[in-house]
Amino acid sequence: MTAKAPRARKIVATTSLAGCFGCHMSLLDIDERILDLIELVEFNKSPIDDIKTFTKECDIGLIEGGCCNDENVHVLTEFRRHCKTLVAFGECALMGGLPALRNFLPLKECLEEAYLNGPTVAGENPGRIIPHDPDIPKILNRVYPCHEVVKIDYFLPGCPPSADLIWDALVALVTGKELEPQYRTFKFD
Amino acid sequence: MTRKIVIEPVTRVEGHGKVTIHLDDEGNVAQSRFHIVEFRGFERFVQGRPYWEAPVLVQRLCGICPVSHHLAGAKAMDVVVGAGTGEGLTPTAEKIRRLMHYGQIFQSHSLHFFHLASPDLLFGYDSPPETRNVIGIAMANRELATQAVLMRKYGQEVIAATAGKKIHGTGAVPGGVNKSLTAEERDRLLKGDGGPLNAGQMVAWAQGALELFKDYYRKHKDFIDRFSSFPSNHLSLVRKDGALDLYHGVLRAVDANGKRILNDVDYQEYLQHLREEVKSWSYMKFPFLKALGRENGWYRVGPLARLNTADFIPTPLAQKEFEGYKAATGGKPNNMCMHTHWARLIEILHAAEKMRELLQDPDILGGDLVVKGRRQPEGVGIIEAPRGTLIHHFRVGEDDLIQMANLIVSTTHNNEPMNRAVNGVARSMLTKAREITEGMLNAVEVAIRAYDPCLSCATHAYGRMPLEVLLYDDRGQLLARRRK
Ligand code: SF4
Repeated sequence: MTAKAPRARKIVATTSLAGCFGCHMSLLDIDERILDLIELVEFNKSPIDDIKTFTKECDIGLIEGGCCNDENVHVLTEFRRHCKTLVAFGECALMGGLPALRNFLPLKECLEEAYLNGPTVAGENPGRIIPHDPDIPKILNRVYPCHEVVKIDYFLPGCPPSADLIWDALVALVTGKELEPQYRTFKFD
Repeated sequence: MTRKIVIEPVTRVEGHGKVTIHLDDEGNVAQSRFHIVEFRGFERFVQGRPYWEAPVLVQRLCGICPVSHHLAGAKAMDVVVGAGTGEGLTPTAEKIRRLMHYGQIFQSHSLHFFHLASPDLLFGYDSPPETRNVIGIAMANRELATQAVLMRKYGQEVIAATAGKKIHGTGAVPGGVNKSLTAEERDRLLKGDGGPLNAGQMVAWAQGALELFKDYYRKHKDFIDRFSSFPSNHLSLVRKDGALDLYHGVLRAVDANGKRILNDVDYQEYLQHLREEVKSWSYMKFPFLKALGRENGWYRVGPLARLNTADFIPTPLAQKEFEGYKAATGGKPNNMCMHTHWARLIEILHAAEKMRELLQDPDILGGDLVVKGRRQPEGVGIIEAPRGTLIHHFRVGEDDLIQMANLIVSTTHNNEPMNRAVNGVARSMLTKAREITEGMLNAVEVAIRAYDPCLSCATHAYGRMPLEVLLYDDRGQLLARRRK
């Protein structure tokens, strides 16, 4: 990227909901271009700069992961409220991804396997404790893809989407030019 | 009156971790808790999937060190397909996997060091948060930022060459690997394309990073030695001869004074030695050594623990650093939390040396990739992930479908130590205090972060773990609020 940064930088926010953070890692895999990126855009609420709450309205919101608990729903709603354009990136945000494999099972069975029946807990949990506390979020009955919770403007597929695809999409959104997807950026495993 | 203080990621809803502190009416700390707020349900939903899917499924739990899950899953399935543990693979398969793993250790540790630790060393622990992240480094020291980006990139390139993809690759399969390196791939990684991305440069940069830390340590010895220091047991894999080995070995644990409490056991037997406790206020369980019980059996894992259990490091430059590091504690186990950063840097250097060594080994170009033997109903795979011991355990039916899965990830082993660390900070900084201080916020954050917990490494892979403290009275009335 050799273009000079435009005068009014677009403002970007990102978050990881029920994802594995691999999509954010793929964003990091743009490597040296990360140094161009921070001249091209201004990051607001994002793990990338440690801004914790929206301090201004944003142009672009990048969402990794779907919603598996009530906190995820809350953050996603906040993102919709504060971002003009919302982009779901990665399989988890688009379809629920790996965490959504539990959608075919009763939540109770998943909890019991983890806390009552697993070989290292079996016999160690006589009180049959399953974590529940006002200080931890409530788990939803199933994992919801983002578009079932709020309106999503764009979708970037992949698990994770390739670094080049993320870069191309960001540049397109920032410059207002249409994204011309390259085959190599869509070639999966 | 009981008061409750809540420390959590400011974006409370983003929560990967959260701290609550309860004070009694005298203002003393009655109780503190480090809550883990994520639950996935993997153990149940993987049941019924074909066993060969495990290495590619499980890694989707963590995109920060997916290779560790990929390899631990593959190692468990090696046992299931009758290829044995560790030694059973062909030399090519074993070395390709090792190269993949050391690439992973290198990139993950580098990310931690440059994005989390180095801003503190460069700007100080009390500098404004805006500067303490990769953007701050890029603004202040472009050369160092470029080096940070390139070290991570190199590790990722090694992973891509061995696993097929930088994140969530497919290279390891039950009984071996599905590709080895071509001579061109090998040459590119070993010598680079004329730029800095070559094996020798990585060794040199790793040494530079160590110097950066040691220089800081010389100037701030008191803080580094004392902060959040407490005795504990330590657990990791070691090679059969006691060498540091992050890919394969036997399980060893020592107590705070160096006494062996788990003596080089075969990890297929881990169930005989490890148990887990469930607590209502955290989705993360609490592992402990069965022989010592819940009260005394907890332990630390990760770089600090590994350099306490291992007798030596089998690469020359890292061994030399190890000797200096051991001398600081007179050869005794190191229980100083902040020395984890030092240990991590020695491991970065070791990983760089290992990659260079493996890239010069002709076996990585070989074509003998997979072995199989008599099918077994069950397998355990253990690996030393960047953050510590990672355990995968599967049972597989005759129909090839997974019947049972048990996972103990690195951060889970450190659950109790992180709770102790928070408790220690709370007790020393909150007792009798009527207000939340910036220093207290800082201290809690620094104490947790030394463990590089995966949960918030999620939130702080680029920046720092966001924190908020809320102070309540016994009627739930908000008394004070502070965030950073
Ligand atoms: S889409 Fe893949 S890489 Fe992204 S969060 Fe989900 S599992 Fe991780």
